[in-house]
Amino acid sequence: MKTVELNNQVVQLTADDRALIKAVEGGLPVVSRPYEAIANNLGCSEQEVISRLQHLIDNGAIKRYGVVVRHKELGYTANGMVVWNIPDDKVDAMGACIGDYDCVTLSYRRPRRLPDWSYNLFTMVHGRNREEVTRIVAEIVESCGLQNIEHTILFSTRRFKQRGASYTENTTTTKHKKLQLVK
Amino acid sequence: MNDTKNDSTNDSITKFTPLEQHLLNDFQRDLSLSATPYADIANQLGVSEEDILKSVQSLQSRGVISRVGPVFQPNRIGVSTLAAMSVPTEDIECVARIVSAFPEVNHNYERDHKYNLWFVVTASSEEHLNIVLYEIEQHAEYPLMSLPMLDDYFIDLGFKLKWAN
Repeated sequence: MKTVELNNQVVQLTADDRALIKAVEGGLPVVSRPYEAIANNLGCSEQEVISRLQHLIDNGAIKRYGVVVRHKELGYTANGMVVWNIPDDKVDAMGACIGDYDCVTLSYRRPRRLPDWSYNLFTMVHGRNREEVTRIVAEIVESCGLQNIEHTILFSTRRFKQRGASYTENTTTTKHKKLQLVK
Repeated sequence: MNDTKNDSTNDSITKFTPLEQHLLNDFQRDLSLSATPYADIANQLGVSEEDILKSVQSLQSRGVISRVGPVFQPNRIGVSTLAAMSVPTEDIECVARIVSAFPEVNHNYERDHKYNLWFVVTASSEEHLNIVLYEIEQHAEYPLMSLPMLDDYFIDLGFKLKWAN
């Protein structure tokens, strides 16, 4: 396997930041003073929790802060991952244009893996059924000028797992180390 | 959207009270960082804090909202990648179970394509991520294609819901 290519914008976190992220990544407690509840668990002050979260918002580590909905349960049962093969010099503009659409929730550039995989832009389009997704994609093609761009829609057929990302789990690393010790 | 047809296919979208619709649509971003965020929402909507706490709990227990809180920018505080596998149909449930069992896997979908299993792996460091990808390949016994994000063109303002009623 190739070495993973990464964006080099990783924010350096302190141990306190990690503890805070672990406390909030599953969502805020649904109580009158959620930050006080978190502070009590972390052994710091309510104000400290709030200002450290504000810092994570300010430095871009948190991109959105609020209610996180689950599309499928809201009736948006069709989700199409639309992948596009866009010339490298046009991908920034076209990626931004697609990302601007209401029903689009992701617009990422990713590497090609030739010859197996030639698509370099990934967008997620949500609709109430496949026809609606297909219609939205046709609209996007027209209004972003993508008529000559090769694309395909990968509809999801089953959801095996969906939850917020965890940035603090270390289980597999630990297991791996144990495995190595056994060998 | 003119979609009488879609209305009938999505009864689920009509089963929310007006208060729930507001909660779902209007508070996906810029939640206040005051000590009492739920009371702030209650003030804006002209209801009691208790009403908001109950509605949020109800929406959460019905699985409609996954949480109230932060959405982290990918690759900013951890590292992640989108991985794809091409798995024969008869093996896909078994392989999907193996993949989902890794705590670092947060999304795992079957899609109708030659590459039919797509999952997101998030880890605290590049080293950790590489170990997990290696372990997944070893356990699943199928090669994995890793497609890490290189640029993000999406400005996340939340998802605008279109109510059927």
